[in-house]
Amino acid sequence: MLAESLFFSAVLFVIGVVGVLTRRNAIIIFMCVELMLNAVNLSFVAFAQVYGVAGQVFVFFVMTVAAAEAAVGLAIIIALFRHRHTVNLEQINLLKG
Amino acid sequence: MQGELSIFYTFHFYLFGLIAVVSALLFVTRKSPVAAALWLVNTMFCLAAMYVLLDAQFIGVIQVLVYAGAIMVVFLFVIMLLNLGHPSELADARGLGWKLAAGFVGLALLAEVFALTRARIPLPFLELKPGALAAQIATEGAIAPIAKPLFTEYLLAFELTSVLLLAAIVGAVVLGRRRQDAG
Repeated sequence: MLAESLFFSAVLFVIGVVGVLTRRNAIIIFMCVELMLNAVNLSFVAFAQVYGVAGQVFVFFVMTVAAAEAAVGLAIIIALFRHRHTVNLEQINLLKG
Repeated sequence: MQGELSIFYTFHFYLFGLIAVVSALLFVTRKSPVAAALWLVNTMFCLAAMYVLLDAQFIGVIQVLVYAGAIMVVFLFVIMLLNLGHPSELADARGLGWKLAAGFVGLALLAEVFALTRARIPLPFLELKPGALAAQIATEGAIAPIAKPLFTEYLLAFELTSVLLLAAIVGAVVLGRRRQDAG
């Protein structure tokens, strides 16, 4: 099942990348990043079946980092929304050259 | 679970994989953030089912608990809190140029990954016997094979995780707090 899992993992990762590139809503971009993390987790689990259980331990750590990232990232989005009253990244262009 | 896979197993693996991919596609194309979030929850449930099929029962359970349960609820709460439903927020897809660029990047990434999968370098000295993980789970239970390396080999990483979570909690509280001194 390794090849099939890697196939689904790659497809889900690419959908996440395309989502990040085509959307402007900060929250949806953030969810696309979560989808990419999930896709990589699927690869880890598939490799764990072949190369030993360390892959599943790594998934555990990835999930922890994702939880921390979601907490901080959403707090940043809320702070941003308080200042600019939008989460549209097109209108948040302070650093744009 | 290796060796002769039953048609039942293979069918369900492909079924959940297909539902995951279709839900992910619907997720990136929905305009409403709430609909997008719910499709992403669906993707995560399908991934949990695939983890169970890949001998990772514990990971499947925490996928449902942590990802589909906790993280996505936080996302939905933020969407609700910011009241992101009005039309100016809904029309957020980028223009045609960006879509073409994204499609090109997507195709390039897919081609790259498929090329790498074809040219997978076998590491026979590392590979377990087919079904070794399933046998280990059958004798030790689903959690013990993960818990042992987690608390021995990866103990430092595990402890550092607690520091990371503490930093995330403090960061979220500080960022989310309304500023008292401003004004």
